[in-house]
Amino acid sequence: MGVSTLPERVVERQEHQGKKTPPRTGWGEIIPAFLGVVWLLFAFYPVLYMFVTSLRPLTDFFTDVPWLPPSHPTFDNYTYVLSNDFGLYFSNTVFVTVVSVLLMVAVSLFAAYTISRIRNRFTQAIFNLFLVGLAIPLQATIIPIYVLISDLHLYDTLLALILPNVAFGIPLSILVLVTYIRDIPKELHESMWIDGAGHFRILRNLVLPLSRPALITVIIYETIQVWNGFLFPLVLTQDPSVRVLPLGLWSYQGEYTTNVPAILAAVFLSATPIILLYIVGRRQLLGGLIAGFSK
Amino acid sequence: MSIAIKVSRPAHTSALPQRETWIAVLWTAPALAFYLLFAIIPLFVAIYLSFTSWDGFSAITWVGLKNWIALFSDSITGHSLLLTIEVMIFSWLVQTPLSILIGVFMAGKQRYRAVLSAFYFIPLLFSAVAIGLTWGSLLDPNFGLVDILLKTIGLPWLAQGWLGDPNLAFPVVLTIICWQFIPFHALLYLGGARQIPKELYEAATIDGGGPVQNFFSITLPQLRYTIVTSTTLIFTGSLTYFDLFWVTTEGGPGYATRVLPLHMYITAFRDAQVGYGSVIAVVLAIFGIVLSAVLLRFTGFTKMSSQLEGL
Repeated sequence: MGVSTLPERVVERQEHQGKKTPPRTGWGEIIPAFLGVVWLLFAFYPVLYMFVTSLRPLTDFFTDVPWLPPSHPTFDNYTYVLSNDFGLYFSNTVFVTVVSVLLMVAVSLFAAYTISRIRNRFTQAIFNLFLVGLAIPLQATIIPIYVLISDLHLYDTLLALILPNVAFGIPLSILVLVTYIRDIPKELHESMWIDGAGHFRILRNLVLPLSRPALITVIIYETIQVWNGFLFPLVLTQDPSVRVLPLGLWSYQGEYTTNVPAILAAVFLSATPIILLYIVGRRQLLGGLIAGFSK
Repeated sequence: MSIAIKVSRPAHTSALPQRETWIAVLWTAPALAFYLLFAIIPLFVAIYLSFTSWDGFSAITWVGLKNWIALFSDSITGHSLLLTIEVMIFSWLVQTPLSILIGVFMAGKQRYRAVLSAFYFIPLLFSAVAIGLTWGSLLDPNFGLVDILLKTIGLPWLAQGWLGDPNLAFPVVLTIICWQFIPFHALLYLGGARQIPKELYEAATIDGGGPVQNFFSITLPQLRYTIVTSTTLIFTGSLTYFDLFWVTTEGGPGYATRVLPLHMYITAFRDAQVGYGSVIAVVLAIFGIVLSAVLLRFTGFTKMSSQLEGL
């Protein structure tokens, strides 16, 4: 089975098996439970702190005890951040993420179909070339990418972020899709072919619907990658009008300096779409994240 | 579709070799174009630039091997390379045992573990910048929670500027890296632990094995392929840490946390030594490719793919 089916199945089982648990008691359960709670504190507390602090007025931030709830909770920091171009950074990020991921998935799907269904030396060589991309650390190509983007007069545009994002998402997308499409039974493909369907119809009516789980996996994984990406925006943009969220957070830190509650409000806001995605579709999201593991 | 077309198109795909080639070229071309233009060609351009001297604005001048010769007497780059190797080793040593324990813990069927797991994964949702800023505020020497807590519980001598101390900054950032990535690796081990056949535990329990003994005699050996996958990811991932170091320390204090990707960025873009920055980029790329090749050879690709099958 393809890579993408793993996590969904795993997490699903986790949820369903919870009900038929034979209760265990004694030290064998108390010690792990205790350690589990200790880890919860370490793993979750910084996030809780981020949220709680974002609700404190700046004056209280300097006087409140940091681990107690805010004495005068307020959403002022959020309105402050929202009135400071956050909306612009947010929509820039949405635009870059949506366009990058759609382009990346579209070109990867066509390539993956070809690699898995038209098997000759040419397509297999191309597949291997894509796999090499998984071994290259992204940072190593950033200098020439900067030169290339400048030469194309794309510096300080959103397109400057989209193009390399697409390129770097392609190897993993193709790997996941090829693994999945190969598992679609040959007979289905052949019977459509005999019925006179061309490659495009087979791709649209057979492969596209059947590889939906793999597509969702790739889309989620790459959405998180592009949404959170920092290096391309740092090197390829400068103007506030084309700023995306990770770079926006960084610049807030420079502008607000000691206004930590406002910075943390921006941090929390910047992750809201991903947090919502996690609340709505935890299974798919974890599945999508783990898809990167063959990288 | 008309009958005529059906007849002209026999069952075998190979019957129309020319059209197949056409499709193969046409349909891989867009992906290939993106990939070659923004990933493969830049790699070769980086090699070219490594033989030049350039400040990013004036003309590029060919300097031959000068940059490469300078590399061997450059103690800062050596230091950065060493730091990157230390990141690999220490993040492996910390993350692997903890991720195994947490993954196995989460794989348990108890309801409360499922609830805890939902919270464990939350660090995965944030960008490295968001994580760096949050931890930066927690560790702030004036208003950070950590130091205020230490002063409150009577350990004021422990309170300090965690990220400003040359000896502490590196281990502190490593701790943040572990905080960020353990949930991911624990998720891998959760998947691995769920694949272990129950019968193995039942048989062992009948033979009188306790939970600790079962962990070492069954769980750990059964997780070996997951360990291989997780290790590969930790090693190759260690070459790419940039954002977190940049946001928390910018490589400092001094050169204390200037890992290789950071060193490359600072050299090329801040110090405007694009040629020498490219040398570091090439070193980084070679390191990445060699590491992947060695890991693949050492662990065996068949094992990797057979593990994928099992999932």
